[in-house]
Amino acid sequence: MKRTIAFVIAGCTVFLGISSRDAMKAAGGQTTIKLTAKRFEYNPAQITVKKGTQVVLEISSEDAKHGFNLPDFGVRADIKPGAITRVTFTPDKAGTFSFACDVFCGSGHEDMSGQLTVVE
Amino acid sequence: MREINRRDFMKLSGLGGVVFASGLGRVAFGLGASGSSITDDFHFVQLSDTHWGFEGPPINPDAKGTLKKAVAAVNSLEEKPDFVVFTGDLTHTTDDARLRRDRMTEFRDIVAGLNVKTLRFMAGEHDAAIDRGDAYHEHFGELNYTFDHKGVHFVVLDNVSDPQAIVGQAQTKWLEQDLKRLKNDATIVVFTHRPLFDLYPQWDWSTRDGAAVIDVLMPYKNVTVFYGHIHQEHHYLTGHIPHHAAKSLMFPLPAPGSAPKRAPIPWDQAAPYRGLGFRGVATVGRGQFQITESPIGKG
Repeated sequence: MKRTIAFVIAGCTVFLGISSRDAMKAAGGQTTIKLTAKRFEYNPAQITVKKGTQVVLEISSEDAKHGFNLPDFGVRADIKPGAITRVTFTPDKAGTFSFACDVFCGSGHEDMSGQLTVVE
Repeated sequence: MREINRRDFMKLSGLGGVVFASGLGRVAFGLGASGSSITDDFHFVQLSDTHWGFEGPPINPDAKGTLKKAVAAVNSLEEKPDFVVFTGDLTHTTDDARLRRDRMTEFRDIVAGLNVKTLRFMAGEHDAAIDRGDAYHEHFGELNYTFDHKGVHFVVLDNVSDPQAIVGQAQTKWLEQDLKRLKNDATIVVFTHRPLFDLYPQWDWSTRDGAAVIDVLMPYKNVTVFYGHIHQEHHYLTGHIPHHAAKSLMFPLPAPGSAPKRAPIPWDQAAPYRGLGFRGVATVGRGQFQITESPIGKG
């Protein structure tokens, strides 16, 4: 299982109004993606990254505590409102992989998921 | 760890149809939890994921009738079960605390129609994760507990009232202490809502610290786990410990990873109630059980 670095930048502002196009930045062999979580969806819910390029996810919550679990790459984190949680990993295999909220958040919890597509 | 399908089970147990044995060894009476002989074979019924309060006609147009049909079906069994156990998600979750309690009261009233002396309840995340089990506790009592029945030691574990789906160190320690007094060949049945193993974490079908619980169970030779949550029949082995998931009584879900999302399987007008049902579990010896799956309607 790949090692995952997950840490919280306390006291940062919450991201607002991020479109999926604006959410992604690639620089210096690293792709940074801003992801927002709210009951019961992620935005963006579809993410495409490149195999072998380090990915940094900057995840924030707009309402309650959520989880982010991407088990195929050993990535999981708690997402708390009022903070940005940053996770870093380097996808080493191509394909489409599911991620989901793993902190029960209400009647639509089971719908709160997305997909990461890793291309060659 | 490996998945076992129905064919494997039937091959190993030499049984056909929908009845099969969960144990892989000989069929024989053995010593029970306290070291005394199992004096009497018995069977119980497992009902799961009734999600009382769920509304969604394309998914289940008989949402208010399915549980009642299950109650009638259990009452019509030729041999009465010694008890009925509900393995969680008795009600469908709601943010409205009053409505949550109303649903629990309605559920309790309906299942009071079961013609069985003893009912055993357990919470699912829909019942308990929003308020850490407060409403559940008011209606059904403790979230984790044990009981003994005819030489079998039963353990009900709570892996849902913490919204992060953890059992927690305190409860794991409690389990360890509880089992310490048993011989390592005692017959032990564990009821949980979520799978204790990583069935499919991509769909949140796991318990975050389930491996620690399995470690505590592993020294015991005759442990069987029955659970719910995934709304389908499923059988799996972690080492020598079989885990059996039960069908729902509200809507079925796809097989793990077989669909882009874990969305409910829509109602099939050509086969109403397909994928819904309950099961009977009968003792057939030390640590061994026969499982009989029963559909609702034509299933």
